[in-house]
Amino acid sequence: MDARLEVRKTYKLFVGGAFPRSESGRTYAVTDAKGKFLANASLASRKDARDAVRAARSAQGAWWGATAYNRGQVLYRIAEVMEGRRAQFEEEVARAEGISARRAASQVDLSIDRWVWYAGWSDKIAQVLGSSNPVAGPYFTFSVPEPTGVVAAIAPERSSLLGLVSVVAPIIVSGNACIVIPSLSRPLPAIALAEVLATSDLPGGVVNILTGRAAEMGPWLASHADVNALDLTGVDDDGLATEMEFAAAETITRVLVPPRKAPDWAEQPGLDRLRFFVETTTVWHPIGV
Amino acid sequence: MTATEARIDGVPARMSEVAESDARLRRLLHGLPGVDQVGAEARAAMLATRSVKAASKEQALDLAISMVDLTTLEGMDTPGKVRALCSKGLRPDPTDPTVPAVAAICVYGDMAALAREAVGDRLHVAAVATAFPSGRASLAVKLQDTADAVANGADEIDMVIDRGAFLAGRYLEVFEEIVAVKQACGAAHLKVIFETGELRTYDNVRRASWLAMLAGADFIKTSTGKVSPAATPPVTLVLLEAVRDWFRETGVRVGVKPAGGIRTAKDAIRYLVMVKETCGDAWLTPDLFRFGASSLLNDLLLQRQRMLTGHYSGPDYVTMD
Amino acid sequence: MTFDYAPAPESRSVVDIAPSYGLFIDGEFVDPIDGATFKTVNPATEEALAEVTEAGPLDVDRAVRAARTAYRTTWSRMPGSERAKYLYRIARLIQERSRELAVLETLDNGKPIRESRDVDIPLAAAHFFYHAGWADKLEYAGYGTRAYGVAGQVIPWNFPLLMLAWKIAPALACGNTVVLKPAETTPLTALAFADICRQADLPPGVVNIVTGDGATGRALVEHPDVDKVAFTGSTEVGRQIQRAVAGTRKGLTLELGGKAANIVFDDAPLDEAVEGVVNGIFFNQGHVCCAGSRLLVQESVADEVLDALKRRLSTLRLGDPLDKNTDVGAINSAEQRARIEELVRAGDDEGAERWSAACALPERGWWFPPTVFTGVTQAHRIAREEIFGPVLAVLTFRTPDEAVEKANNTPFGLSAGVWSEKGSRTLWMASRLRAGVIWANTFNRFDPAAPFGGYKESGFGREGGRQGLAAYLRTEG
Repeated sequence: MDARLEVRKTYKLFVGGAFPRSESGRTYAVTDAKGKFLANASLASRKDARDAVRAARSAQGAWWGATAYNRGQVLYRIAEVMEGRRAQFEEEVARAEGISARRAASQVDLSIDRWVWYAGWSDKIAQVLGSSNPVAGPYFTFSVPEPTGVVAAIAPERSSLLGLVSVVAPIIVSGNACIVIPSLSRPLPAIALAEVLATSDLPGGVVNILTGRAAEMGPWLASHADVNALDLTGVDDDGLATEMEFAAAETITRVLVPPRKAPDWAEQPGLDRLRFFVETTTVWHPIGV
Repeated sequence: MTATEARIDGVPARMSEVAESDARLRRLLHGLPGVDQVGAEARAAMLATRSVKAASKEQALDLAISMVDLTTLEGMDTPGKVRALCSKGLRPDPTDPTVPAVAAICVYGDMAALAREAVGDRLHVAAVATAFPSGRASLAVKLQDTADAVANGADEIDMVIDRGAFLAGRYLEVFEEIVAVKQACGAAHLKVIFETGELRTYDNVRRASWLAMLAGADFIKTSTGKVSPAATPPVTLVLLEAVRDWFRETGVRVGVKPAGGIRTAKDAIRYLVMVKETCGDAWLTPDLFRFGASSLLNDLLLQRQRMLTGHYSGPDYVTMD
Repeated sequence: MTFDYAPAPESRSVVDIAPSYGLFIDGEFVDPIDGATFKTVNPATEEALAEVTEAGPLDVDRAVRAARTAYRTTWSRMPGSERAKYLYRIARLIQERSRELAVLETLDNGKPIRESRDVDIPLAAAHFFYHAGWADKLEYAGYGTRAYGVAGQVIPWNFPLLMLAWKIAPALACGNTVVLKPAETTPLTALAFADICRQADLPPGVVNIVTGDGATGRALVEHPDVDKVAFTGSTEVGRQIQRAVAGTRKGLTLELGGKAANIVFDDAPLDEAVEGVVNGIFFNQGHVCCAGSRLLVQESVADEVLDALKRRLSTLRLGDPLDKNTDVGAINSAEQRARIEELVRAGDDEGAERWSAACALPERGWWFPPTVFTGVTQAHRIAREEIFGPVLAVLTFRTPDEAVEKANNTPFGLSAGVWSEKGSRTLWMASRLRAGVIWANTFNRFDPAAPFGGYKESGFGREGGRQGLAAYLRTEG
């Protein structure tokens, strides 16, 4: 018999490498797929979003300044740490998504492998997306991809872990920092992921996770002048997506609009997502003696 | 006599003080701003697009004629050749007395007396000296070469620098040689030839320009005409920038002479445009700008005839000497 | 003795401007359905050059339908290798008609003939040549091969034909058809380009040119059957366009304003740096989105650089744009001159010191002398706002870090210049400057093979190079 009382976990936000509660003090009840109470999660506010943007901005420079090799190592380390905690992830995903243990395990496999796939990209992005440009003159001209900067992302509502990883990894691998709003109804795997990120050599602030409502924080993030790009992949509400796109125009923020149909996250991702969050800088220099 | 004592009028003591060691000269010369090759060539190319037409072209042609150092520097030079050149220099177009005379006759030192006799004091006589064109002789020989030319009546000396010493970084040696030649010139004006085609980089050309001006050059000159490339627009641009900056630094105007490879009136006018837009109108005088050339004069004359008559002229209508 | 440059005007006889122009839709010039007319004016003389149509919404709709039909029936079915040949033909025709196009551009825009002849028109031809080669090689570029369909393109008045080439060449190469609206004040070379399309036997409807003002542009951008919107122009209009396409899933690329820093270090090749500063801000009267409008000069050489700069500016020749020796032409419109004057007044009011090159301004037309403000700080309006005119704001810095900080301290991020002979520092700067184009020891160089475009409020998407193809190919599944 169960003599011991379970120690329940408190699920908090992940901002600047720390786990604060929402400044609003709000929480919301998270249930499993059948409606059974699982935990209370923090309900982040627009002020939490503001703090997360600040954390992301202050982390981004050093993250981009690290070598691509180093960023690749960090992403690979995330995969390693997840692998070590796969039982926890399997359980979180199974509960959150209401799927079998086997299917949950497959989701976790894919999530870990996705980190590995993107880890390998860190030092190939510039080779694949960059170029040397044969201009008609005595100039050495090359183009390199550089991170857009701070990206605010809305992760998919249904795919609580794989969808989240598939959104976050292509943003950060090139040197961006991000603020991500995970699935509102299935947020617990995201917090488990935060615990992995916090122990994986990822500098604090590169990924910030705000559990809560996209409808509440999204427009603030969209209009925030220090957010350079938006990823609206998880926005299911066309009205909200349009509102955020409209707000983004204020500071010419780049917007990755929601996909026409729900993506199959199990498929191998292409380069489109990664490419969306880089800028191309072209450098010219004369060639002479 | 030390180099410093040998200072020439117009070179401030504070500038000549650097000429005490290779190291100090190197610090000064290598402290000059670099020349970006692509940028300098682009600037020269842009200036070459200036369109000089009608009255301004007439002015430019006469100005260019008056700036020619009409030159013959051949082993096969004879008294007859030099005399013919002198009479051409005095009256470039025998049919038209309004054509100005050239600036000078430029010959080897042994021909200077002959040239002087032919032109009297109506033209300058320039003689190349210092083991022209290679400059490979002892200092004593170079000084004797210079003294001979002056004694023969040359009032302008075109010397060559020791490019070997320059490229090896023996700047003080080059400097002292120029100073010594200047001394040997006495009252004659000194033009210092860099042979820019051998210096290879515009940075070297700029450094050589400053080195020569520090040593008292009256003119700085691109080339002997014996090495290709000789004068080019960008190399001349770098020389012009140097004399412009030297003037701002010291108040002394040094002349510039591109030589070799300038054959057409169109080219000559492009050089004048460069002078005008780099140094200003003050340099548009034979006292401060010369063309070292031989065949250029005839093209200037052909163009002049074309402007006057309104139709194209032909080579049989200018004298070939 | 001296000589001056006699007037050397390029002949106008090579151009034949019609008294009035219709719209170029479906391969022919047509009268408008609901459009009005307006006059396009030579900014150097205020002479009306031609009457041009202001397309109304029905005209725009007609053009979009023509483009859709051409896309469906012809262009999307044509092998890339055939599209390529059309683009090569257009490139050749631009070269053949280059003199006419240069004169036309100068008449309509006010830019010096030297620039339209040596920069705008040759580069426009080069853009078609470059992109022609991509048309049958898209599968190697890495962005897929699916065109959007109909592209609606709106371009500015500063480089009229060149901006047209930047827009139309990649769009056609990638298999799109286009409706392009040239700027209100500079429609003539776009209309000449329409004639080139006819000469090239380009299938009707593949390129449609609708002239007009902002209302025409809005009708085009908002047309529901436009799949892709590409705009070059001001950040303010870019913002409106981004709002207008919100929620529509139209593809969008924006090339907007700038406030570029041209950074001169004390070890710069100074003569070339001064040339680069002059070229950076006075090229095309400063009507350049990537103009080096902020000179950041290291304090230790500031006086020397400023002296040299003023000396150099005194040799700039302002006047008749058709004269081959003119360096600075006319301001494109009275409105633009008013905008420049307003910001210059703000510079005066905020205490910056103004210096202008002494030059006589012609009596007719719109002009502004090359102007330099010293004693400018980052807080001044003239250091923050895009002037889009021949006005340079000079600031100083002491260390490389400070230079980067000041250069990046702007909502824009289009371009930057770095002048130094120290390669390692130049690369250090290049990796820290938040700008889409960084010119080291040069400025305002353009090439179809080199991607161009901005960070931040300077817009998104690139034009030119392999990367520029992404703007005209659908990448999402």
